[in-house]
Amino acid sequence: MLNKANVFLQGLGFSLTSRMARLGFASKFFVMTLLYSGTALRRFHLVVREVYFTGVMSMIIILVSGLFVGMVLGLQLYQTLQTYGSASALGTLVALTLVRELGPVVAALLFASRAGSAITAEIGLMKATEQLSAMEMMAVNPIARVVAPRFWAGVISMPLLAAMFSAMGILGGYLIGVQHLGVDSGTFWSQMQASVDVREDIVNGVIKSFVFGIIVTWIAVFEGYDCEPTAEGVSGATTRTVVTSSLAILAADFVLTAFMFRGA
Amino acid sequence: MSADPLVRLTDVSFAYDTRPILSGFNMQIPRGKVVAIMGISGGGKTTTLRLIGGQVKASSGEVVVAGQRVDQLDDKGLYAMRRRMGMLFQFGALFTDMSVFDNVAYQIREHTDLPESLVRDLVMLKLNAVGLAGAKDMMPSELSGGMARRAALARAIALDPMLIMYDEPFAGLDPISLAVVGHLIRTLNDALGASSIIVTHDIQESLKIVDYIYFVSDGKIVAEGTAEDIRQSDIPYVHQFVWGETDGPVAFQYPAPSYRQDILRGAARAQ
Repeated sequence: MLNKANVFLQGLGFSLTSRMARLGFASKFFVMTLLYSGTALRRFHLVVREVYFTGVMSMIIILVSGLFVGMVLGLQLYQTLQTYGSASALGTLVALTLVRELGPVVAALLFASRAGSAITAEIGLMKATEQLSAMEMMAVNPIARVVAPRFWAGVISMPLLAAMFSAMGILGGYLIGVQHLGVDSGTFWSQMQASVDVREDIVNGVIKSFVFGIIVTWIAVFEGYDCEPTAEGVSGATTRTVVTSSLAILAADFVLTAFMFRGA
Repeated sequence: MSADPLVRLTDVSFAYDTRPILSGFNMQIPRGKVVAIMGISGGGKTTTLRLIGGQVKASSGEVVVAGQRVDQLDDKGLYAMRRRMGMLFQFGALFTDMSVFDNVAYQIREHTDLPESLVRDLVMLKLNAVGLAGAKDMMPSELSGGMARRAALARAIALDPMLIMYDEPFAGLDPISLAVVGHLIRTLNDALGASSIIVTHDIQESLKIVDYIYFVSDGKIVAEGTAEDIRQSDIPYVHQFVWGETDGPVAFQYPAPSYRQDILRGAARAQ
């Protein structure tokens, strides 16, 4: 019995220390990525190329999802608001829901599964096929040449994608609310204009999506760089990217929301 | 061996975590020569290349390349040193998102400001040397194993290195590609005035092209000499390796508890 408890405690200790060590390495990796960003930022075409692969290629899923989420919001909110006779507030509610929360959060979740997983798989496979080692032996730092451009591309793309998601969502809400359910078009837009604040709502949303961009891309590049260089290792790392970044997005969203909108 | 070798490993020890790979390892690579490191898998051959390239650091001992202690260089010094080295990885490790041309041009573009017309001339020169000028626009996925190896070789010599390292250059090649790669290793070494280190299992091909051979087993050098010395060697390990015998100092069985004991225990448990 004592022996079993001992083994359990040992396992627990090992698991905790190895996780902490990995977290430490991930933090060091993050700092190194920032330090070695000079090349990527000087030769900006490297970042632009990655913006195409991570950002532009994610647009379809972001735009279509944004439209559907907005349409669902239109239907759901209209029904509830109608009960209290305040369907005219539909525009406000759709816009605030999207700009403050759903835009940054859902876009980041989609971005993690579409672009984050691709980044991890790509870097992981480059490691498995010794391309990263080859780069090192050619006196080219893989963090500067492979990791940093992907990181900055993700950080740049994320707020733009979140903005597109919100814009499409508002369009979806408009299509359902105004075109289909008959809310007055003028009321829809003017209520939205009157109650959505640039600093309080839009800037906060942009800050959120910027933070999510950092989190998702950091996790994605780290998992790729740190994965076991085998088929199993790459697939495991890809899964971890999606799971970890989804959880991290939701947790960070709570923290950010708590700071930004304290019920005041 | 020459008085001033290009690469010198003196009393080098190295371990991955707590698993010792090399211990008390001594080796010299003379200038202008092609040297092979041979031995069974997991014996520390590739680790030796990684030590010379500075990708791992020795726990003790000296690794000297062109008069500089590789194990004491900082990142900047190491990168400067690597610009003078070329390395061919086991399966080429070509960048899969670039054409053959861009792969070979990669280092030239990264490390120099040469105009694109000059880059083109240099790349075509290298591709021509390995016989792949006609394949410049192909992607790595379109190449056969032998062509990929040759393209990677062209990339490795793009900056005219003083030292070229080959990690299993013959693995998985058909006899014709194998002979072509072997021939290229020798002629490029002589044409560039470089030194080459080949890590390989392929005894017959390497005996044809190399000047000197080190045999490595369990992290130690067990034999060394010219191709002829090695062929004639009566050291049991070398003899077994050269003639491909199934039994000898390298046992067929991976260390395991007695098979008889295992069977008896299994029978006892079944009852």
